[in-house]
Amino acid sequence: MVSFKALLLRDLRLAFRQGGDGAMAVIFFVLAALLFPFGLGPEPEALARDAVGIVWVMALLASLLALDRLFQSDWEDGSLDLMALSPLPLELAVLAKALGHWLVSGLPLLVAAPVVASMLQFDPAGLPRLVLALALGTPTLSLLGAVGAALTLGARRAAVLVSLLVLPLEIPVLIFGVAAADPAATGDGSTQIMVLGALLALALPLCPWAAAAALRQALD
Amino acid sequence: MHRFANPARFMRMSQIVLPWLTVVTTLLLVAGLVLSFVAPPDYQQGESVRIMFVHVPAAWMAMCAYTSLAAASAAALIWRHPLAEIAAEETAPLGAVFTGLCLVTGSLWGQPMWGTWWAWDARMTSVLVLFFLYLGYMALLNAFDDPTRGRRAAAILALVGFVNVPIIKFSVDWWNTLHQPASVLRVGGPTIDPSILLPLLIMAVAFTLLFATLLVVRMRAALIERKIRVLDAAAGGALG
Repeated sequence: MVSFKALLLRDLRLAFRQGGDGAMAVIFFVLAALLFPFGLGPEPEALARDAVGIVWVMALLASLLALDRLFQSDWEDGSLDLMALSPLPLELAVLAKALGHWLVSGLPLLVAAPVVASMLQFDPAGLPRLVLALALGTPTLSLLGAVGAALTLGARRAAVLVSLLVLPLEIPVLIFGVAAADPAATGDGSTQIMVLGALLALALPLCPWAAAAALRQALD
Repeated sequence: MHRFANPARFMRMSQIVLPWLTVVTTLLLVAGLVLSFVAPPDYQQGESVRIMFVHVPAAWMAMCAYTSLAAASAAALIWRHPLAEIAAEETAPLGAVFTGLCLVTGSLWGQPMWGTWWAWDARMTSVLVLFFLYLGYMALLNAFDDPTRGRRAAAILALVGFVNVPIIKFSVDWWNTLHQPASVLRVGGPTIDPSILLPLLIMAVAFTLLFATLLVVRMRAALIERKIRVLDAAAGGALG
């Protein structure tokens, strides 16, 4: 547990001192989402209808931004070898890295999402549900992303490849995330929220396991 | 099983099996196609029901090929059998073609029947994801300078992507979709008239054997290619 915390704090410290990836993900999210009023036209009804989808797709793309660097720099400077040798199971090390990725690039989106959604004329009554859905969905995105990042470690054009691998697997999260907060949907969205929770509960043990297996192949 | 994992033994045995396999596949495929055109038109779908004789077997093979891909990948990761690696590698393009065929024929059938080329229902979406998983597998396989690393990474991806196969199978039961529910492999027997079921089943067996034949041909070619590369390296690249 101590080494898990140490690894997590190290990743957070690196992210904040270098000041790069986290801020970039949030800026990308806001900026890209605010392109839609220009692309779709500023009619409030059209924007309000599409706001949930825009927020979710942009959150999904923003989570991809820092993925190719998730293990890359550790692999290049050899700290990944040390993590593999440490008494902390590699699965837990992956979990710490994924948690760090989510804290840096997922959590700020929860703060930015209500602002962006409001600017897209989204009904304020639906905001708590949107944030809850994002809170359950974005950790799954980070966990799936960790698998993709581990698989493409050392590959040519890894940044493009990781999107190609991860995006199809993230479609279920997108479907249920949008349905949970869609104003046009029937019901209160609690079923979709529960499915998002179930996806997270599945990804939480399985993704670190798969990503650790991929990292072991990379370190062979 | 390990006895059959020897590439030399595989080459010997496949040489004997392949001509028979090819003949039986051709016969069944011809018989299935003839029966597909002889079968009476459906009372609702009319002549376009004949698309089903290609669409349904292609969809089954898309899932069957992915299951074999995942099984071969698991065998390659656990026992490090070179033959399992080659089997997985050579399965992926075949599976991608079957999946593409399934999507295209489904689209061609959907236009006259549903009035649309494409609908975002659960089964079509999950088959599309399957298609992208095949493409991702092949992209990952070729993305590394070290081919061994590419093979192992792709094998793990194949296992991760296997979660999609049960989703495809049960998508029509879990969600109320545009795509019709299972009508052949279901509790209580098939709901298809025998005049249409028979050509369908013959086509399904023919497609399965076609997959097997093509896989054996591709695996043999891959093994020969590897041998040539080893010989070439031994000769100092003189073979070109």
